Amino acid sequence: MKINRLGIAAIALAAVGALTLSGCAGGGAATPTASSNAKAIITTNGSEPQNPLIPTNTNEVGGGKIIDAIFAALVYYDEKGAPVNDVADSIKSDDNKKYTIKIKPGLKFTNDEPVTSSSFVDAWQYGALLSNAQLSSYFFEDIEGFSYDADSPLTGLKVVDDTTFTVTLKSALSDFPLRLGYSAFSPLPAAAFKDMAAFGENPIGNGPYMLAGGKAWKHNEKIDLVVNPAYDGGRKPKNGGLTVVFYANQGAAYSDLLANNLDVLDALPDSAYGTYKKDLGDRAVNQPAAIFQSFTIPARLPHFDGEEGKLRRAALSMAINRDEITKIIFSGTRTPASDFTSPVIDGWSDKLKGADVLKFDAKKAKKLWAEADKISPWTGAFQIAYNADGGHQGWVDASMNSIKNTLGIDASGAPYPTFKEARTLITNRTIQTAFRTGWQADYPGLFNFLGPIYATKAGSNDGDYANPKFDALLKKGSSEGDLAAANKDFQAAQELLLQDLPAIPLWYSNVTGGFGTSVQNVKFGWNSVPIYNEITKG
Amino acid sequence: MTGYIFRRILQAIPVFMGTTFLIYFMVFAMPGDPIVALFGDKTPNPAVVAQLRAQYHLDQPFIVQYLIYLGGIFRGDFGLSFSGEPVTAILARTFPVTARLAILALLFETFFGILVGLISGLRKGKLFDASSLAVSLVLISLPIFVIAFVGQYVFGVWLGWARTTVGSGAPLQDLILPALVLASVSFAQIVRLTRASVIETSGLDFVRTAYSKGLSSRRVIPVHILRNSLIPVVTYLATDFGVLLVGATITEGIFNVPGVGNTLYQAIIRGEGPTVVSFVTVMVLIYLVVNILVDLFYGLLDPRIRYVK
Repeated sequence: MKINRLGIAAIALAAVGALTLSGCAGGGAATPTASSNAKAIITTNGSEPQNPLIPTNTNEVGGGKIIDAIFAALVYYDEKGAPVNDVADSIKSDDNKKYTIKIKPGLKFTNDEPVTSSSFVDAWQYGALLSNAQLSSYFFEDIEGFSYDADSPLTGLKVVDDTTFTVTLKSALSDFPLRLGYSAFSPLPAAAFKDMAAFGENPIGNGPYMLAGGKAWKHNEKIDLVVNPAYDGGRKPKNGGLTVVFYANQGAAYSDLLANNLDVLDALPDSAYGTYKKDLGDRAVNQPAAIFQSFTIPARLPHFDGEEGKLRRAALSMAINRDEITKIIFSGTRTPASDFTSPVIDGWSDKLKGADVLKFDAKKAKKLWAEADKISPWTGAFQIAYNADGGHQGWVDASMNSIKNTLGIDASGAPYPTFKEARTLITNRTIQTAFRTGWQADYPGLFNFLGPIYATKAGSNDGDYANPKFDALLKKGSSEGDLAAANKDFQAAQELLLQDLPAIPLWYSNVTGGFGTSVQNVKFGWNSVPIYNEITKG
Repeated sequence: MTGYIFRRILQAIPVFMGTTFLIYFMVFAMPGDPIVALFGDKTPNPAVVAQLRAQYHLDQPFIVQYLIYLGGIFRGDFGLSFSGEPVTAILARTFPVTARLAILALLFETFFGILVGLISGLRKGKLFDASSLAVSLVLISLPIFVIAFVGQYVFGVWLGWARTTVGSGAPLQDLILPALVLASVSFAQIVRLTRASVIETSGLDFVRTAYSKGLSSRRVIPVHILRNSLIPVVTYLATDFGVLLVGATITEGIFNVPGVGNTLYQAIIRGEGPTVVSFVTVMVLIYLVVNILVDLFYGLLDPRIRYVK
């Protein structure tokens, strides 16, 4: 008890100290000089990549940021998330099932190997093969020949000539071209396949940047990237290079930004939420990102099956005051959800039928809960499991209090010490409570927020939701000729989700960050990563 | 003397074996599957997970995993981290950084701690003594992260005298601020230890004899008082050096020092068995060596302590 109080007092003291200090320091911000330097190196925050730097084996932000900078895939995404041809010359299909892809001739990897259609086909074959155990292998699951059960080549990939190849999918997918900007679809040079482990340490790419020499990746410290002079796509850098400094803790990165040791920061520590606007002024960034947060109540839990479950989920959803929690707990760095996707995605809408269920309405919540009680009276406590190492306690406790006060039931958080423990219990279905879920988009399309999570038996369907009508709408959307028509279907599919609430949407995470006084043109892309090639410094 | 050292080293072998086994078992028993966590919020395909588990021998029973690991150690192979880096490379990279930080902190706390403690002890009850006691009380009661944050803000952000975080390669000038922060708490302890010990020694007969022989205080204070007051301080310094060497997770985190504490913390969170066990094993070795050295050092300070047999 004593230790606890001391800890709290200390935190308070530190906070007060920081407040007064930042108050004193707010005055002298340097004015940026007029001329920018094309050779200037931009420094930014990152984290030590958790896996070797192989495009198909990198699925977390630390490595993803670097992979995106050193590889050019068929397309890249612009600030708004629209695909723009990078290596691709054209991507065409008559039926959304068989795609013919032409690439620009004459492109080279940084080891002078030409980028050909085989560079793509071989890389994808490698990424998909079961025995290579690549973390992003599931990106290839829709291509003909893909198998999770045995090593099986992607028979749907055919090289026509050096600059043309065809992709045949298992079934029609209208958003397949949109997916091709994800880093897992990057090409690999032939040199990679000789020794993949060495390649992962010293990747050879074809992107706007390349590694600065043999020892560019200083583990746990930083990675130095310089401009790749051979790159000739739409992402040509306006600076001389990029140094990604690895931070184990965001607080250190934020201090570096304040002291001007760091140019661009794309993640604020929780402790800075209260002060960052004052600290940074118009150099602060806070905008919605393609990150969706929710919690999932599996139907196998008592009282959450069938009609009763539907009523209870709606009641719980309406008992949470999202506006207040995002404002108070998150200081406005989250945006209350109005659907299952994200506002930065083309096709997002806050006017879906049934979206009222995501608005705080104590009266209605009580009524729905009482109706459910008529089917079978509520017993026990309602709990949400979360990992205690991810900073979730604040909002879980606030949401549970909101539910407790509105519905008058016993509701609390169920923390697990580590992420891996919570995820393991969720994955093997032994968890006996509701649990926190979230989704960060891989590519900017509505389908990416729906198909992998709520389709029957989908890979990340942790709540085991199954609704044939929903599946049918997804399928219909995927076979539509154009994206606008497809998005209509996906919205209709979401309206079904709003009735069933397989996951209860909470909010969209914003990307929060800031930049130093010496850099200009800092913009954050749809995927919350700063668009580094556009940044100028001087 | 050599016999004594030899015996101590022999004793260290079972300690080494026991700790690796225990630590390996504890990492093994940690709940949760590290491979599942590699996929983030996305649910992995079971076949891919099985493949990865086999790659890291996680599909084997505990004792087999342990023997594979142990066999590797004797061949100088400590296993691989999830990012494919040999653990030996991680050890070789992080320990020198932490060692530099630890030695710097130790120098600061030893020099300032003993100096202030000695003056306080000699001027018991005077203004200097009272104020140094007050300062050390404050330093002892403040948690280290408060000192670290305030230090970082004042000297790094506000005054700009030091870099806010430690740059790549951990150059010595960047390590001064974190070393001062690390040293602050031990500094306070050393002040108090030295002071108490100096007061006690000053009252002993041989000190009075020395003065009555006509020796100047210039000779009595360093040779008679200080030297005889240092035994508890040396014991404290040695254990503290051990603590510093195995990494200060909080301070290293705040100043982004690419050292042992930071790396180990990440490895524990991810459940990287080989990294965690290898780090802890090296830490155990450090403790063993430091303890042997301290025991030998006693003999130099106090000739009455002798290691016979």
